[in-house]
Amino acid sequence: MPLIEIDGQQLEVAAGSTVMDAAQRAGIYIPHFCYHKKLSIAANCRMCLVEVEKAPKPLPACATPVTDGMKVSTRSAKAITAQKGVMEFLLINHPLDCPICDQGGECQLQDLAVGYGGSASKYQEPKRVVKDKDLGPLIATDMTRCIHCSRCVRFGQEIAGLMELGMPGRGEHTEVMPFLETQVSHELSGNVIDLCPVGALTSKPFRFSARPWELSRRRSVSPHDGLGANLALHVMNNRVLRATPVDNEAVNECWLADRDRFSYQALTAEDRLTRPMVREGDRWIEVDWQKALAQAAGALKVIRDTHGAEAIGFLASPHQTVEEHYLFAKLAQGLGCENLDHRLDQADCSALPGAPWLGMPVAELDGLDRVLLIGSTLRKEQPLIAQRLRQAVKRGAQLNVVHAVDDDLLCKVTHKLITRPSGLARALAEIARALAEAGRDLGSVAAAVAGIAVSDEARAIAASLLSGERKAVLLGAVARQHPHRVDLHRLAEAIAGASGATLGVLVDSADAVGAAAVGCLPGPRGLGAAAMVAQPRKAYVLLGIEPYLDAHDVAAMRRALESSELVITLSAFKGAAQHYAQVILPVVPFAETDGAFVNMEGRVQNFRAAVKPAGESRPAWKVLRVLGNLLGLEGFAFDTAEAVRQAALPDGEASVRARLDNRAPVGELLLQAAVDGLERLGETPIYQGDMLARRAPALQATRDSEHAKLCWARGDLIQRLGLVEGQPVRIVQEGGESVMKLGRDDRLADGVVRVAGSHPLSSKLGPRYDAARLEKM
Amino acid sequence: MSLNVPNHKVCSWTQDYDQPASLATYTAHGGYEALRKILAEKTPAEDIIAQVKTSALRGRGGAGFPTGLKWSFMPRGYAGDKYVVCNTDEGEPGTFKDRDILLYNPHQLIEGMLIAGYTLGAKAGYNYIHGEIFEQYESWQQALEEARAAGFLGKNILGSGWDFDLFAHHGYGAYICGEETALLESIEGKKGQPRFKPPFPASFGLYGKPTTINNTETLASIPWIMRFGGQAFLELGKPNNGGSKLFSVSGHVNKPGNYEVRLGTPFAELLEMAGGVRAGHSLKAVIPGGSSAPVLPADVMMACTLDFDSIAKAGSMLGSGAVIVMDDSVCMVKALERLSYFYFEESCGQCTPCREGTGWLYRIVHRIEHGQGRPEDLDELLRIGRNIGGNTICALGEAAVGPVASFVKHFRQEFEYHIENKRCMVGH
Repeated sequence: MPLIEIDGQQLEVAAGSTVMDAAQRAGIYIPHFCYHKKLSIAANCRMCLVEVEKAPKPLPACATPVTDGMKVSTRSAKAITAQKGVMEFLLINHPLDCPICDQGGECQLQDLAVGYGGSASKYQEPKRVVKDKDLGPLIATDMTRCIHCSRCVRFGQEIAGLMELGMPGRGEHTEVMPFLETQVSHELSGNVIDLCPVGALTSKPFRFSARPWELSRRRSVSPHDGLGANLALHVMNNRVLRATPVDNEAVNECWLADRDRFSYQALTAEDRLTRPMVREGDRWIEVDWQKALAQAAGALKVIRDTHGAEAIGFLASPHQTVEEHYLFAKLAQGLGCENLDHRLDQADCSALPGAPWLGMPVAELDGLDRVLLIGSTLRKEQPLIAQRLRQAVKRGAQLNVVHAVDDDLLCKVTHKLITRPSGLARALAEIARALAEAGRDLGSVAAAVAGIAVSDEARAIAASLLSGERKAVLLGAVARQHPHRVDLHRLAEAIAGASGATLGVLVDSADAVGAAAVGCLPGPRGLGAAAMVAQPRKAYVLLGIEPYLDAHDVAAMRRALESSELVITLSAFKGAAQHYAQVILPVVPFAETDGAFVNMEGRVQNFRAAVKPAGESRPAWKVLRVLGNLLGLEGFAFDTAEAVRQAALPDGEASVRARLDNRAPVGELLLQAAVDGLERLGETPIYQGDMLARRAPALQATRDSEHAKLCWARGDLIQRLGLVEGQPVRIVQEGGESVMKLGRDDRLADGVVRVAGSHPLSSKLGPRYDAARLEKM
Repeated sequence: MSLNVPNHKVCSWTQDYDQPASLATYTAHGGYEALRKILAEKTPAEDIIAQVKTSALRGRGGAGFPTGLKWSFMPRGYAGDKYVVCNTDEGEPGTFKDRDILLYNPHQLIEGMLIAGYTLGAKAGYNYIHGEIFEQYESWQQALEEARAAGFLGKNILGSGWDFDLFAHHGYGAYICGEETALLESIEGKKGQPRFKPPFPASFGLYGKPTTINNTETLASIPWIMRFGGQAFLELGKPNNGGSKLFSVSGHVNKPGNYEVRLGTPFAELLEMAGGVRAGHSLKAVIPGGSSAPVLPADVMMACTLDFDSIAKAGSMLGSGAVIVMDDSVCMVKALERLSYFYFEESCGQCTPCREGTGWLYRIVHRIEHGQGRPEDLDELLRIGRNIGGNTICALGEAAVGPVASFVKHFRQEFEYHIENKRCMVGH
């Protein structure tokens, strides 16, 4: 290891590190703009120039490799002169109007100008003005402020995998701009706001709403996908004004998905519920908590006493906290009801041996050599997991895909089998069979796949999985929601077992692992979510659910709720609750309660309320506690969320770990026959997965949200059916129909119609992966 | 003249003949003989590099780096592909010599690149041709076709079992692409911006592979050296400055053009070859090595010989050999304004000091020229120049500063006159 000296301090640093790395190790700050630990070295800002003994010129610390015996001075006269010279150049064309810049107070240029800038500008010439760009609904621009550090450009190339911003032009005419005047649409685009060291790229929704020093930063956890990105909610006057990432290398590194970053907007959505409401005949009246809770408890008791506890169905969103999942389950069980579930979007809710999880730590994804990704629209389900796998691929991993659409993952896919949803199990069976032919043991599925003919691509995927060291077979949300999910799971398990890979589930909601771990699942004789919909109950208790969006089969869900006698909903937002509920209990979203989410690797992440509950709304765990008490149930005496968590997970993370289990249910393979005609691919779109994302105006204005409004079909299908791209088309499924605009996507498998689930425009349709017809309007 | 008898017209000898660019002319006068001999005898690479080192051939593109030394940086026994790149991105104002090689003697360049490719173990060679010259590009392409048809390029060259091919890459006219790493980026299809070094092209060059980049005239000199030996080339010039060199003489002379003379020739002789300064005018100043070289006043220049060391000693550089002659009608402020504008426009914009500093320099000079100068401007120009020089990724920053610092140094009173009187002392 080279021994070097920085500012008189001697230290040993790893060979291949830079002077910047060494300085950081020594606790010495070298001013910089273009350098970023997660991005490639550009060495273009020149702010980190330092003096290196024997070098004739100052050298950029970020790009200079250490050599044994090197002597570096970061604060010598020569270094300071160079740094001050660069600062002067950076400022000559930069507007010196910090008081009207949104970055003011958290600007790297402003901060460093204090140390390295002059007190007055010597520049007397006209300053450069750069036209602003329209980057879409998330990112505001003030391009005159750009200092050309190229961090945003490198982020696109290296992290996002899509170069949406570039730097055309030469010299002073160099400008950061979106190519071809298009907007920025990547699901991680908001990170450029953090990366931009000046006020050139700022948050459009947050713009000019507060100064950083007016905001308190409160740590929280993102309530969307199963990653649980660590974030800071910035609060002023009891209002969350923005969210920024908190570094956690094990979870989100220093990134946030746009969904994590902008969903806070929903906290103040128009339909936020702030007072309990009960239905009296056709009228809704606002009541106090006491009355609402008494009415809810009373009505539940009546149903139980007249029809039995099995007449009630308990449905929770997987995005609630683990404490809420625990108490919700306890409430159902206390009433003697086993109809309990948090998997409303699943077609098949049959029991699993334990809580499905990633099967490995999140951080190990980057180091995988071989991956088989099954049934996952990865970028939209798990934007940051997609990013980690992209880095793995860059390091040489082979990514193989089995899916119904060949979406661009923005990295190299080695082999893929793209087939309609009903063919997914067969595709996996081929891979399994290929492994068997290579002499691997498939265990219980061996006989079922014995007669399967193996395609070249399946064989190639099997061969890929048989090479390499660190391997994973990952099941995505489409596989989870799929009606033949158990088949997919069994085959994935067999493939993983036969190839020596880890089986992982890409858990796509904030606390699905927690919900499963604390038993928010049907009891031995109880009904799962799908059965509760298919066999309507007399009463439903809903926690954080929008049934007409969340259900796997929305048409059936409508029929179930319409035929019920009682629906009690605990929700932060009104949505369509007034159409189906009798009692509406306003509970708070994650930002207003203490709690914890258990992420896909089983990590329990606690957070505190960042702001007070809106109006009279209350944390759901408190509401459930009172309901339990009113119903005379045992064990609801909790004063704090911590106490609930202690009861739910007595050994903390160890209690979760004890429940983690990715084994598939034991049984025969069905190997679904191909569906006649067209099949719907009804994934949950990126900004429709939960109540918050659905209500964030900025997210709803993105291209992803626009795309979710379309019915997508392949060009050859559009032609065959005599349909016209861009025109409305009728989608007909058993149980319902919808009209949407037709879009063309040639990456779909043959015979697939992509019509999003969890979407208002498809909320009259049937099951997400069932037969569908397209009709001309 | 020819490649059969050693003479000082190393690169320009074909112009004595009717069809200077043709393969027939070239082969009739000793062309491709050096290559033939190397392939037939399987001359070891070390021996070729030793000859080039002996020749004291220094890079003709401007930096004057010893070519043999540069070639010795290429890794031996490297398992992957390696490349040879010829830099014909001749964009330095005042320089117009390499285009004549493409136009009148393309085969000597091809032969030079072949020998370089053979010596360095390269898989292929690229010639990056400046985007604003077209006839020359065509001429080179035609020569490539001729050479390929005659078996000098492609598979199994001259029956030796050695494969090598050459390709042309036509640039788009950006000055910065003459910087060797920006040139590589441009060939790769990226924006032409210099890379920071290390790593150097010899270890991480074109497509990340070991690459040697030489100027056109440098590579075209190689067949001569291999034909007559490094010592003969060295003796054409003077110690540490081997060979002859093409000088592009422009400005206020009666016969502007390219002149190939031995290194060490007195400047006065070159001036005389170019027909001397216009009648009725006297020599005022000379930029001896292309626009980025510091300007030298007439008396200093007249005492110089044309070689790297002599001009460096006088405070400028031989550079690419572009001799810009200015007579007493020239307003030095206006001349500098134009030069500064060039560097301002051609800065790639990647790194801060150059992107911001070149514009600042130009705007101040522009103000002075337009009667809005301020007394503190001259010191400010020098101060800004010091903050650019040495702090940038590539040499363009220093190239922009060179003229400013030297014009102000040697002609300060002219600038002061402008600032004070808001007009020019030479009557513009």
